[in-house]
Amino acid sequence: MDELIIAGRKFKSRLLVGTGKFASSRVMAEAIEKSGTEIVTVALRRVDIQNENDDMLAAIDRDKYLLLPNTSGARNADEAVRLSRLARAATGINWVKLEVTPDPYYLLPDPVETLKAAEILVKEGFVVLPYINADPILAKKLEDAGTATVMPLASPIGSNQGLKTRAAIEIIIEQANVPVVVDAGLGLPSHAAEAMEIGADAVLVNTAIATAQNCAEMAFAFKLAVEAGRIAYLAGAAEASQKASASSPLTGFLRE
Amino acid sequence: METAVRHPDIKKILTERGLDGCGRDIWTKRLEEIKPSEVEWALSRKPGYYVLDRLLLLVSPAAENCLEQMAQIAHHLTLQRFGKTIRLYAPLYLSNFCVNDCVYCGFNKSHQFPRIRLTIEQALADAEIIAAEGFRDLLLVSGEDKNFITVDYLVTLAEKLREKFSSISVEIYPMQTNEYAKLFKAGIEGVTLYQETYDRNVYAYYHPQGPKADYDCRLNTLDRAASADMREIGIGALLGLSDWRLEALAIGEHAQYLMRRYWKSRVSFSFPRLCPARDVDEKQFSLISDKNLVQMILALRLCFADAGMVLSTRERAELRDRLVELGITRMSAGSKTSPGGYSGKSGAVGQFEVDDNRSPAQIAEMIKSKGLEPVWKDWDKAFTDL
Repeated sequence: MDELIIAGRKFKSRLLVGTGKFASSRVMAEAIEKSGTEIVTVALRRVDIQNENDDMLAAIDRDKYLLLPNTSGARNADEAVRLSRLARAATGINWVKLEVTPDPYYLLPDPVETLKAAEILVKEGFVVLPYINADPILAKKLEDAGTATVMPLASPIGSNQGLKTRAAIEIIIEQANVPVVVDAGLGLPSHAAEAMEIGADAVLVNTAIATAQNCAEMAFAFKLAVEAGRIAYLAGAAEASQKASASSPLTGFLRE
Repeated sequence: METAVRHPDIKKILTERGLDGCGRDIWTKRLEEIKPSEVEWALSRKPGYYVLDRLLLLVSPAAENCLEQMAQIAHHLTLQRFGKTIRLYAPLYLSNFCVNDCVYCGFNKSHQFPRIRLTIEQALADAEIIAAEGFRDLLLVSGEDKNFITVDYLVTLAEKLREKFSSISVEIYPMQTNEYAKLFKAGIEGVTLYQETYDRNVYAYYHPQGPKADYDCRLNTLDRAASADMREIGIGALLGLSDWRLEALAIGEHAQYLMRRYWKSRVSFSFPRLCPARDVDEKQFSLISDKNLVQMILALRLCFADAGMVLSTRERAELRDRLVELGITRMSAGSKTSPGGYSGKSGAVGQFEVDDNRSPAQIAEMIKSKGLEPVWKDWDKAFTDL
């Protein structure tokens, strides 16, 4: 499969994995392994980022995976920027998954504050991967601000509803010059495959893996789905049609 | 005028619905008339969304026959929204002085017992022990002791506690918005305040005098806390004072009101159940059964998918072990409910008797045995700018 390139760094896997909601760090580590992922995102609120022995951090092999800190819980740009700086100071990692979600229930991203935070962080040298609603104009503005990707949501985070924002994501993909990573709401491997089939560069999955009965197997299923979807996209999928069509009903006679 | 229409206050909402006690008989009659088929209908709808009429069906006597079905839905909903995790916290009692006369409370000012207030240093000593047990989430608790547990006291304490704790919240007397704002700035990010009972007449009976006798002031307290940007807003009724079914309906309305109006704050529910305290006569209360406590938790979960649900050590171990699978998202462990209790220096009187005396480590093991992860840290002091 072709490589995913984010901010000049190459990745073989197009599946990013989140670390929340797992029953234990051991189960999480198994799922990460089976997913084949190379990018693992961690909520700064959940870990003690300054402590190398933190249970969750210790379970993530930093030689194998890029640790992507996220600002989950931030209600505004100031908080997100502060958390990002703290993470960089403690770990030296200058990548950040930018999440600004003022509403604690649906955790929908705030476009105004996200853009504001992205502008500050890019200027400070961060590689910024912003979580956004599926808003094509915002995606372009973030790209202009210098973010490394855009990460539009498929449906509200943790909802497992699948690609509800498909029409808008198709526009984002069509217009983007940076990788489009579909984030949030993908509840099944088929949802992930669908996102990849329409040309997403990658997807991020957490809840669907973490709350499955068998997390490692579900992670593996997502790995396969993401690969299948990517291959299908590259293969040039045939357009769906409302009607069945015979091979050449109108012009068949010309061959005679 | 338009603003008033868009944001009716909670007092008006409760009065109009008859949920401040004035419609008690009508609601009770409606609850009794609910048929099993109506409950079935409610359970067939998409779960996780609040409508008063739906909550009504779920807290009805008829729904008592559907608890297993409700539990299955609640379990899956909680799993999806919160994952396989339970947050752990510890309470730190600062003072058992109180100016109120609440009939049911161990800190009641009429009770004769040696009162204790912790100095900042003493509080930090207790906090040190709590931190060593693994906790990063701390709840500061106090009687209504405004002259000693002042805003300045709390600000000073919180600023020092931030070194050890990633999340600090308070369960103390009602404050003004500007006072809450000072606490928030010092790193306190949550406020829990129970209405005790939403029934005005019952409230007046149990809170005969002192500042707490003012029902409306208490009812508006969380508006002030949320206006000061507090992230976590904890509500609840002290179960055992009035009919729990009606309290549940009032809690549902209060939660929806707070969620709509203060949309950046997360509302959580607690289920404090009246339990024996010193000098308190049990006979004068309408105590709630385990079965009904479970029903209340499930009914609220089925209406509020994303609300935090908090369980204290008032409940006994066997029940707590079950409740972690039924919608609870956050629980305390190893609690001492008297000031200085962790340092073991005081033989002070607690606010209530702790029924689950297991250590934090034992509680964590119990949670793991259920296939869940005990989460000690789910916040970071970096969120607050000091």
